[in-house]
Amino acid sequence: MVDLLNALALMSNFVFVPALVYGSQLALGALGVTLIYSILRFSNFAHGDTMAFGAMLTILATWWFQSMGISAGPLPTALLALPIGIVGTVLFALLTDRMVYRYYRKVKAASIVTMMASVGVMFVMNGVVRVVIGPGEQRFADGERFIIKAREFKELTGLAEGISIRTSQAITVIVTLIVVALLFWFLQKSRTGKAMRAYADNEDLALLSGINPDKVVMVAWIIAATLATIAGTLYGLDKSFKPFTYFQLLLPIFAAAIVGGIGNPLGAVAGGFIIAFSEMGFTYAYKRFVAYMTPGDWVPEGLIQLLSTDYKFAVSFVILVLVLLVRPTGIFKGKVL
Amino acid sequence: MKNVIFFALMGLAFIAVGEYQSWPFSLTILNLCLISAVMALGVNIQWGYAGIFNVGIMGFAALGGVAAVLVNAAPVPEAWAAGGWGIMASGVALLAVIGLVVLIRKKTAGKLRRYATIIAVIGGFFAIREVYDPAVAAIESIDPAKTGFLGGMGLPIIFSWAVGGVFAAGGAWVVGKVALGLRSDYLAIATLGISEIIIAVLKNEDWLTRGVKNVSTLNPAVPTAIELQTAPWFQDLAAWFGTDVIFASGIFVKLSYAVLFAIVLLGILWLSEKALKSPWGRMMRAIRDNRDAAQAMGKDVTRRHLQTFILGSAVVGIAGAMLTTMDAQFTPGTYNPLRFTFLIWVMVIVGGSGNNWGSILGGFLIWFVWIEAERFGPILMELATSGMDPESPLRINLMDSAAHLRLFLMGAILLIVLRFSPRGLIPEK
Amino acid sequence: MSYLIGEKMTGGYGKGADILHECTIAVEKGEIAVIVGPNGAGKSTAMKAIFGMLNLREGQIRLDGKDITNMSPQDKVKAGMGFVPQTSNVFTGMTVQENLEMGAYIRDDDFMGTMEQVFDLFPILKEKRKQHAGELSGGQRQQVAVGRALMTQPKVLMLDEPTAGVSPIVMDELFDRIIEVAKTGIAILMVEQNARQALNIADKGYVLVQGRNRFTDTGEALLANPEVRKSFLGG
Repeated sequence: MVDLLNALALMSNFVFVPALVYGSQLALGALGVTLIYSILRFSNFAHGDTMAFGAMLTILATWWFQSMGISAGPLPTALLALPIGIVGTVLFALLTDRMVYRYYRKVKAASIVTMMASVGVMFVMNGVVRVVIGPGEQRFADGERFIIKAREFKELTGLAEGISIRTSQAITVIVTLIVVALLFWFLQKSRTGKAMRAYADNEDLALLSGINPDKVVMVAWIIAATLATIAGTLYGLDKSFKPFTYFQLLLPIFAAAIVGGIGNPLGAVAGGFIIAFSEMGFTYAYKRFVAYMTPGDWVPEGLIQLLSTDYKFAVSFVILVLVLLVRPTGIFKGKVL
Repeated sequence: MKNVIFFALMGLAFIAVGEYQSWPFSLTILNLCLISAVMALGVNIQWGYAGIFNVGIMGFAALGGVAAVLVNAAPVPEAWAAGGWGIMASGVALLAVIGLVVLIRKKTAGKLRRYATIIAVIGGFFAIREVYDPAVAAIESIDPAKTGFLGGMGLPIIFSWAVGGVFAAGGAWVVGKVALGLRSDYLAIATLGISEIIIAVLKNEDWLTRGVKNVSTLNPAVPTAIELQTAPWFQDLAAWFGTDVIFASGIFVKLSYAVLFAIVLLGILWLSEKALKSPWGRMMRAIRDNRDAAQAMGKDVTRRHLQTFILGSAVVGIAGAMLTTMDAQFTPGTYNPLRFTFLIWVMVIVGGSGNNWGSILGGFLIWFVWIEAERFGPILMELATSGMDPESPLRINLMDSAAHLRLFLMGAILLIVLRFSPRGLIPEK
Repeated sequence: MSYLIGEKMTGGYGKGADILHECTIAVEKGEIAVIVGPNGAGKSTAMKAIFGMLNLREGQIRLDGKDITNMSPQDKVKAGMGFVPQTSNVFTGMTVQENLEMGAYIRDDDFMGTMEQVFDLFPILKEKRKQHAGELSGGQRQQVAVGRALMTQPKVLMLDEPTAGVSPIVMDELFDRIIEVAKTGIAILMVEQNARQALNIADKGYVLVQGRNRFTDTGEALLANPEVRKSFLGG
């Protein structure tokens, strides 16, 4: 008998749920990158380390809260500390814009020069994070760890395969939904949001319409820094905080933004999930899944794994390169610089 | 001349390190500086001549390292017997699948073409895996602790420098064909991605280079220190200089590498300078400065860019082989994008992009600062926190992390140079 | 006294050579003034100079008697000047309605009334208000561009070759609309390649050659002028 339910439970637990979570994290990161690209017109190589920076500030605030006995009950204390992290990261981002990027805007430097400058900012941020919090792994999650454990699920449903959902996973998806909804409402309905879209669409005409470029740039950095902090913190809650991993995330994030259509917020979200599901899908060992889906007791030899999990990052890069070659404007037709 | 002073100052710096820290250390830094300088030269060929922003340098350096392994490591006959044919067969299969896809894309059109391509790729993938996987398993099961890979050709490692260049050039040809049509931002991201893939493959495909188990059985290019210590001619030499044999052996080994590397560096420099001043070089820079105009004049921009890309990458590959030679081991885990790629870029920009001498100077200077900053970081931090309570956790934390200050320092240097002196120390003429 | 006048303008782009030489262009309220001339005559340059996108070495721009020569383009918009560039004159990724909203960006009062007026003037825009401007035809896009500029309730509307690249029927329609706009009392200054049709609707015509005023007269007179006809109107 084809054991569909178990097969679905298996896929949910090992592919669907993790991909949903990872996709949310990538989506938040890609939104930040795509926003900076559409308003400031350069690829911000420092975004990954901005996420690390934001996460770092949140962690410090979390420790401080924890030491004072403040907690959020079953939810991680980090959620309470998040606003502090956001404010700090926003200030830092505005500072770097003032000290580094503004000059290149004034002299209308080529986008590649600004990109190189962002590499410098990346080094600086990376150094600051390592100096302040150290290069090692930090754990700061507290509160209830699981919403439902695999064992509980199996007891509830009587299936052989369990689905476990950690609190951090649920929080990631819920927070991402809220943030994305808010962002889209802002861009579509608010006056400033529309002005930003106009500025991204046609800078000269926007200036002619009296839109203040400095304000647009400032709001862009505020939003990007906020998104980066949230994304970084959620990632750290879900996995753990290690400064180096945030640089590694940069590439899947760029892939997500470009695949979805860079400069297009909807594309960034879609791209995030596409990349996440591809990475998981291509590196999962389908052995048990195939066993459930085929009638009888036959279990396939070998893992039925398309690519080893070491190649996870390679998957997003291959997708990125393919998209760049075949359809550089991405799925939702973003801009090509 | 300002440039001579710069190099003289660098020389003084090395002497200072030798005197105040240690001579072996100074020579170690010198050797790595020489290698960095070669890499910077390679990057400069791409950036300075053609304006290509290649962020995938470490992939090409790794390819050079692979060459060192494949040339020098001792062959593992059992592994060849177990899976050698399998690997060859899967290679042939891969070429067949590629050929099939090319054929499909040429001969069919529209929906048929799309579906046929997808089927061919997917089917081909599984077909190749059928042959590939068992071969790999067989090879990797041969004495995995010591070998577990195919081994190399057992030739002197110095040949690998040229081979490294060839490997890197080949890789660059593939990457270039694929990515060079893209504009600057995308090219940078694509090259970074592709080099990540190369590294991932090297870390993972143990049958080729033992993956993360590393290959440490390479034979060095010059006699080892131990061999020297027991050689009578060397003992006499050391006595003549009045130095301890052990100390002298270390110095001799490092100096030998320095001489070899310097020869390579000067050779590449000479070739690069000739190329720069040649009509070809002038045309490259004309294209760089105004791509559209050059294209309108009928110059095949993409082909020229491909040439520069290949040449520059080949140079980086040579340097990669040199590095593996000096380490006498191949460690894929060390090809860290932060370290390699971006550091080299800082070298080129600080030294003077578009100018070969500038890149060399940048290579020396930045690597020197990078190494010394690791030592001086704690000292500086000590100074900065001297007013603080020695027991405070903040101070302890800061002191521990002082070594990481150098990342901060590199970033600050890059930003300052980009802003206030974007043409670098020795600008393009 | 002209409502808007660019008087004896001399200057060029950046530090380059002068393109305009003592050029004078003026327009009254409710009047349609047209600038025509051969290619490279400096027509668009003259208009850009009036709008402040150029450095004038000599000359003065006056609006309603006030000297506005050194005002920034944004301030000129606030002072009541509307400008419709030749290309890239709509937000292609935004809807027609959003384009109009952006046009009214500097206003802090309720501009829905003005939007209704624009819709009355260009009924097809009302029909397609939710469509992205980039999806519209060339002629419709020009209407969006003009509508956008009208959202600030300007006293002067400057159009840079509004009928460039549109079919003759669309051109006639556009000119009809422009006449409607002028009837509401707005001064219209227009650069045009289609000299004959433009002069047909013009109250005043300026023929520029190599940055200088060559002929200045009413549209009708210029059309009848044999020299003008021979040189610029194809006989």
